[in-house]
Amino acid sequence: MSVIAPEAITDPDVSTETTSGTGLWGLAAQFDSPAAIFEAAKKVRAAGYEWFDCLVPFPVHGLDKAMGVKHTILPVLVFFAGLTGLCLAIFLQVFTNSVEINIWALVPVVGYEFEVSGKPLISTPAFVPVAFELTVLFSSLAAVFLMLLLNKLPCLYHPVLKSPKMKRITDDRFVLVIEAKDPKFTRSTTEQFLQSLDPERIVELED
Amino acid sequence: MTTLPIDHPIDELSDDPRERAPLVLNHHDFSSVTAEILRANEAKRPPTAWYIAFVISFLLMSLLGVLIGYLVLTGVGVWGNNSPAMWGFPIVNFVFWVGIGHAGTLISAILFLFRQKWRTSINRFAEAMTIFAVICAGMFPGIHVGRIWLAYWLFPIPNQMDMWPQFRSPLLWDVFAVGTYFTVSLLFWYVGMIPDLATLRDRATNKVQAIAYGIFAVGWRGSMRHWHRYERAYLLLAALATPLVLSVHSVVSFDFAVAQLPGWHTTIFPPYFVAGAIFSGFAMVLTLAIPARELWGLKNFITMRHIENMCKIVLLTGSMVGYAYGMEFFIAWYSGEVYESFAFINRALGQYAWAYWIMVSCNVICPQLFWFKAIRRNIWVIFIIVLFVNLGMWFERFVIAVTSLTNDFLPSSWGWFEPTWVDVGTFVGSFGLFMTLFLLFIRFLPILAISEIKGVMPEADPHAHGHTDGEAHE
Repeated sequence: MSVIAPEAITDPDVSTETTSGTGLWGLAAQFDSPAAIFEAAKKVRAAGYEWFDCLVPFPVHGLDKAMGVKHTILPVLVFFAGLTGLCLAIFLQVFTNSVEINIWALVPVVGYEFEVSGKPLISTPAFVPVAFELTVLFSSLAAVFLMLLLNKLPCLYHPVLKSPKMKRITDDRFVLVIEAKDPKFTRSTTEQFLQSLDPERIVELED
Repeated sequence: MTTLPIDHPIDELSDDPRERAPLVLNHHDFSSVTAEILRANEAKRPPTAWYIAFVISFLLMSLLGVLIGYLVLTGVGVWGNNSPAMWGFPIVNFVFWVGIGHAGTLISAILFLFRQKWRTSINRFAEAMTIFAVICAGMFPGIHVGRIWLAYWLFPIPNQMDMWPQFRSPLLWDVFAVGTYFTVSLLFWYVGMIPDLATLRDRATNKVQAIAYGIFAVGWRGSMRHWHRYERAYLLLAALATPLVLSVHSVVSFDFAVAQLPGWHTTIFPPYFVAGAIFSGFAMVLTLAIPARELWGLKNFITMRHIENMCKIVLLTGSMVGYAYGMEFFIAWYSGEVYESFAFINRALGQYAWAYWIMVSCNVICPQLFWFKAIRRNIWVIFIIVLFVNLGMWFERFVIAVTSLTNDFLPSSWGWFEPTWVDVGTFVGSFGLFMTLFLLFIRFLPILAISEIKGVMPEADPHAHGHTDGEAHE
């Protein structure tokens, strides 16, 4: 008959609990204010960690700079998407209403000179609204879907989402995660380092 | 800690420019904000008033379905449309609903670019309102074509007849403008909602909720690296939607202005329509916000200050609309054009004079009451005024469409338009569709932009300790 030692019973709210799992993915330090995580992020960056992230319920002003996040390429991509939309709109209107050519786009497609009430075949002012709308449409679709793509979303599985202790990230807690794959990461020193940042608690995240 | 002591309580309605009105009342930590906003979603049962409203809306929506079925099986002859009034209720209702759909994107995009932080409490449901209004709007031209199985002729789709739409027609511009507007509004609404859907996912109490919200939250985990791109994408969307929102109602006005009828063929139409759209949109936002904040207990977030600000926008745009009415008359007289002059005198004194004067009293006179502070702060009076504005804006479109069509150049081709019961039923039914969607939205989706509201609280500033809390206010 073995008696379970009292210290073996894990309390979900006691810090630095160890969980046996498939493998350590990273260490998460939880803070309770934007100011605290802002200071912590600066120190983590200064300590030379690269594979770290801050998980916050709303964008904390200036935190991306403090973490050293590089400016996203998104606006450039969106510009080219808008340009594509513009060119496509001009092509569409000129092809269907102004010129007599046939093209092959999966099926044979016929364009023709569409004369209406004596207006010029290429009626530039009349083609502006559709050109504008398609520019906006393509840019907006690109802004949203490329943002998701660059963020690697939709993401069906993630160690942070797996942990039941991380549920308050989308509510009122601010979590700094250092991933185990960081070259500077070792289980004990990283934990000591995170402890020195004075978090509410430290949680191990398993893969 | 997440709480900050506030030196002295600031009155939300203070007019002292040195004091910025707080945007969130009675909350100093983030968690209670989440809980209070999501109370309506997380409650076991919504209030009884919600059920009553839902049943009524659902019945009206069913009426709409039945009448559309009747229309499709019988033909557009069931409506009052005739020659010369080819455009009757369907176009009036289309313009009415599209106009309402303008406030949402105005609030989300233009006020965002102007850094108007008070928008955070109202943008989510204004955007939802936009989407539902554009759905109602898009339906009318769709069924107006009569043979709705040929509605695909509206789009440039390669077909066996080698037939293309005519790109010099404003009606086709409308297809692209409204289609783009709906898509962009939907994206804006959805992207804004992703972090809040993640909040709902993390707070879900059962498997069904967790999976449903989880799918739409696309695995959002609040990573600051994600937020960085997210904020950039949101800013880009706002910058794109700002000219878009101004273009859509301009294009709608081209439907009239590019035609050569007296009373329609004027250059004032695009700006005048845009002002009218914002005017009617804000009136509808207030019409929905006032009962919703009472019923859902959101007075700490949609404060009297928010209501007052919206009243001021209604006053401003209402005055612009009034100016446009006056200027139309002036130009008609100043041009010396016989038909144009007649069209306007006929509007004010002719067979539809009653509609014209309903329009003027509701749109020009009513909102002028908002000059008085006491009226801007009386919720009942505001509610009644905005109902009148909604009514007046519908009549504006009725007056524009019907008076010009029934009394154009030659008296021999003049006519008279009268709606049938199917016309009226379809219009009332469209309110059923609108309200059904809106009621489902306020029950199942986050009605306010939770993460944005947290972001404008004084506590959200990482440097808050050393400074006054000025920056985090309106």
